[in-house]
Amino acid sequence: MKESAFAGDMNVALAQGPTAVLAKPERGPGRLESSAYRMAQWLRSPRPYLMLIGFALFLGFWYLTVEVWKLPRFSQMPGPTAVITEWINPDPIYGLSLYSPEYYQHIWVSTRRVLIAFLLATATGVPLGLLLGWSLRFKEYVFPVFELLRPIPPLAWVPLAIIMFHGSETPIIFLTFLASFYATTLNTMLGVESIDVSFVRAAYCLGAKRRQVFWHVIVPGAMPFIFTGLQISVGVAWFSLVAGEMVSGQYGLGYLINTSYTMVQYPTMVIGMITLGIVGYVTSAAVRVLGNYLMQWRARELAMGAEA
Amino acid sequence: MNYEPPRGSPIADARAPALAAQGGCKGAIRIANVVKIYGSEGAGVRAVDDCTFHVPAGKITVVVGPSGCGKTTLLNAIAGFHSITSGTIHLDDALLCGPGRPKADPGPDRIVVFQNGALFPWKTIVENVAFGPIVQGRLSRKAAFEKARMMLAETGLHNLETNYPGEISSGMRRRVEIARALMNDPKVLLLDEPYRALDSLTKSVMHEALLETFDRNRVTIFFITHDLEEAIFLGHHVVIMTTRPCRPKKILTVDIPHPRDYSVLTAKRFREYLDETVEAVHEEALKAFAAGERER
Ligand SMILES: Nc1ncnc2c1ncn2[C@@H]1O[C@H](COP(=O)(O)OP(=O)(O)OP(=O)(O)O)[C@@H](O)[C@H]1O
Ligand SMILES: [Mg+2]
Repeated sequence: MKESAFAGDMNVALAQGPTAVLAKPERGPGRLESSAYRMAQWLRSPRPYLMLIGFALFLGFWYLTVEVWKLPRFSQMPGPTAVITEWINPDPIYGLSLYSPEYYQHIWVSTRRVLIAFLLATATGVPLGLLLGWSLRFKEYVFPVFELLRPIPPLAWVPLAIIMFHGSETPIIFLTFLASFYATTLNTMLGVESIDVSFVRAAYCLGAKRRQVFWHVIVPGAMPFIFTGLQISVGVAWFSLVAGEMVSGQYGLGYLINTSYTMVQYPTMVIGMITLGIVGYVTSAAVRVLGNYLMQWRARELAMGAEA
Repeated sequence: MNYEPPRGSPIADARAPALAAQGGCKGAIRIANVVKIYGSEGAGVRAVDDCTFHVPAGKITVVVGPSGCGKTTLLNAIAGFHSITSGTIHLDDALLCGPGRPKADPGPDRIVVFQNGALFPWKTIVENVAFGPIVQGRLSRKAAFEKARMMLAETGLHNLETNYPGEISSGMRRRVEIARALMNDPKVLLLDEPYRALDSLTKSVMHEALLETFDRNRVTIFFITHDLEEAIFLGHHVVIMTTRPCRPKKILTVDIPHPRDYSVLTAKRFREYLDETVEAVHEEALKAFAAGERER
């Protein structure tokens, strides 16, 4: 009896076989299904559990060094229990927790600055990078200047930024913009230069004009590098934002970390740091998701590679 | 059988009248005294030297020769990817490149199928195939897509339209690329070792598909390969090149009627052609090897 039941299963599997093979992520609702499928796959793999173990090890290490062993280097440092209790305290000892509206204001102000700077850097860096990669003449004019300015770290720009711009908002956004702009421009340029010359030749062969080659080959061909650049760009935006906020400004996570340091509110300082980590991760994940959405071909190719 | 007996050896003589009118076929290429030197004159690499031969319209001409002898250089000159140093190349009666015009304009009358494939990975199969007529403004988007679907169905690739090139096998990619070329009704297809990376089973399927396509379209085919069996199986004419600098050493007319199928591979005549080719190519390969030794 068991055997025949098994045979029945086999038949069902065989009947479904070809359709299962042909099923592929489609535009529209199929895409949602496939991401649900991927989620289920992820939960079934050991990866999420390894990740949880990693976090647990990190917290455990922090707890042991600070609160149990009280190692000398760590004596001034708040332990995880102090930070977490302060973080979720409706009535925080040092005045800031998940329950205080100020907390969200700091997050919002920082995020807004990063967003503005990132969008400006993208709007200028992508076209500039495309031009640099596309026109040798243009590159000869512009690139040496670019390469000379690039090694100057954002912190070195602080005084000039304060002299150039009024108030405290514009200088911070300018500083945040700088590093992002370099990352985006450079990666876009490399993206154009990485395009296999056969694609350009094929397009000309098929009768494309120069302008069409630019839109149909250069822009999509550089796209993977552009998105790598954008992910680096959001990351470095947070770097230089915090540098800027520590120097001037009345709000923002960098400002929060700096003032809680000077006012000896160490748990608040650590809350600021962890929050930066989380917000930074979310923004760069958002860029990655957008990239995958815009580059279906790449996502599918990589998915094929993973299966094989 | 639509087999025409070969005439003398017309392809050796570039000054022979264009055979364009024959059988209504277009796309004869006349290569005359072409020289290509990379880098500066004198110090540069002489890749092609005083090369003269004729690619007859509506025929498959296969070029074989030692590695690095300058076959791709010649193909690129015909396609218009780079200039020639001297000589002339004509397509039918029009001058592609010659004195005063060192570089031909690339265009949809001569379409290249590349050694490593050049389907745009960011466009779906059907978008790739429809690309030519759309950018040329010859067809509306809708009409071009319709024609592309028909073209793909003809090649037996109809259920792959919405896939991206990265999702299909390399053999299928080559067929799609040829379909993309044929969408433009080219006079000439220029194929640069298109099947080099394929395994021998897929290769034989590709050969039969290519011959079938050729029988349907009667387009002139200029085909570069290292594989001598492939050369004789496909070609009406096989041009054996000398080692660098490249020029024809021997031009073989393969007197086996088209359409051919795989049974010819075992025919006695096929073996004889193969022996003849192997001998000529081997001689050049030895020379190339000796030259390489000397350079060291
Ligand atoms: N852009 C270039 N600059 C300088 N030399 C080049 C250039 N392209 C090719 N060559 C040289 O010209 C010669 C011919 O190259 P080509 O690619 O035409 O050979 P091929 O016959 O197609 O070789 P293969 O069979 O390996 O594809 C080679 O010696 C190569 O090193
Ligand atoms: Mg080559």
